[in-house]
Amino acid sequence: MKRSVILGAVVSVFVAGVAAAEEMKMAVTTSFANSGLADVLLPQIQADTGLEVQLLIVGTGQALRLGAAGDVDAVLVHARAAEDKFIAEGNATHRREIMYNDFVIIGPAGDPAGAGKATSADEALVAIADAKAPFVSRGDDSGTHKKELSLWASAGVEPTGDWYRAVGAGMGAALNTASGMNGYIMSDRASWLKFGNKGDLALLFAGDPVLFNQYAYMPVNPAKHAHVNNDAAMALEGWLVSDTAKALIDGYTIAGEKLFTFNATAN
Amino acid sequence: MNDILLGLAEAARLIVSFDPELIEITLRSLQVSVGAMVIASAIGLPFGAWLAINRFRMRRVVIALLNALMGLPPVVVGLIVYILLSRSGPFGVLGLLFTPTAMVIAQVIIITPLIASIAHQAIRELWADYHDLLISLNTTKSQRIRALLWDGRRALLTASLAGFGRAIGEVGAIMIVGGNIDHATRVLTTAIALETGKGEFALALALGFVLIALAIAVNFAMHALSRTERSGRW
Repeated sequence: MKRSVILGAVVSVFVAGVAAAEEMKMAVTTSFANSGLADVLLPQIQADTGLEVQLLIVGTGQALRLGAAGDVDAVLVHARAAEDKFIAEGNATHRREIMYNDFVIIGPAGDPAGAGKATSADEALVAIADAKAPFVSRGDDSGTHKKELSLWASAGVEPTGDWYRAVGAGMGAALNTASGMNGYIMSDRASWLKFGNKGDLALLFAGDPVLFNQYAYMPVNPAKHAHVNNDAAMALEGWLVSDTAKALIDGYTIAGEKLFTFNATAN
Repeated sequence: MNDILLGLAEAARLIVSFDPELIEITLRSLQVSVGAMVIASAIGLPFGAWLAINRFRMRRVVIALLNALMGLPPVVVGLIVYILLSRSGPFGVLGLLFTPTAMVIAQVIIITPLIASIAHQAIRELWADYHDLLISLNTTKSQRIRALLWDGRRALLTASLAGFGRAIGEVGAIMIVGGNIDHATRVLTTAIALETGKGEFALALALGFVLIALAIAVNFAMHALSRTERSGRW
């Protein structure tokens, strides 16, 4: 009895990797998965194309590493400069823009730095830096982190000092930290709306076009990694730019707010 | 504090309603950690016994090394196993990355030194008692190891359970090599990390309570199966 239980456990461990439906692996950013959009899209993708898309939810930096190593079949990320480098290194065949959402600046509802009164993202960041108000940075080389760094650069501020806290964590964990220390943080709108531990935080600034956040889909190059499931990756791309995807993406709301805007073009 | 109560209530709700996702990730947690415990015990227990009865030049070094490896950081183990199993790594052709098998491999590496160390401690004391008897019976080394493993089985159960305890609560390594893929490699600990990241503390805590209950249940089951702590047979 005991022996058969143990044997069964060992055997099941080794057969568990095998499954029937066609599977592909896609590395996506935390903001895409945490927004809840994935839960809406994946069942429809399976129904329409028969593909079981397995998501690896990581930061953009790690997603691109997984793609470059050939450990996933496609990536869906949002960091233009890193994406162009990824293509230039021959890791993906091409880049296809799918949709965008936007970044927002979150802070304590009382807004001691006055970031909410700013008229541009640059001004909001300068206000936070001048007040030396605690600011939580992702610090994890993710798309959101790269975006934040580019905004500091364009605002002409070197973010250093006690007030600037790089936590080296995902969006949710960073929001938890900001909530705990009642500090400022830049987040994508979807993660913020879905976030369950808002505490005293509030959305203070949004709407500057520089805060738009373009998501792009890149299938891993089969010429570099022969084993990748390129057929599935191409089928998924076809679905992601379809009218079905457009309706689902544009129609996805949380608390009445639209999160993503579909902007893929037919080619 | 209120979050903890909400977590308890959520845990009760999930269990009473036989939540299918909860059952799925709980079974996968068990599958991975029990698998790792069985394999690591098969390696660690005989190795611990072998180390106890043999005298060789590097023995102290090996024992010190084994004890040090008990503190292996799971994240580092995860990263090394990831690099080895990656498509660009030496074992990439096996296609094991992001499967439960990869998670078992990482956990075996993490818990084998722990199981071997505890087994070595237990067997060493037993060996002091059995030494003269087993030598005078002119037993071979493998016979001695088998006799010691059998007679020390209760202490060795503790070694295996300690390994299981480290495996079931581990998140750093299996997050990297498993990838926390829904319906494929998501287990209790990685789900807890995910829900914490979403700020869903009540659900995260609920999963935590399930994890603790699972660890307790497995320990009871192992003790019941091996009939320890019964009157008359300690």
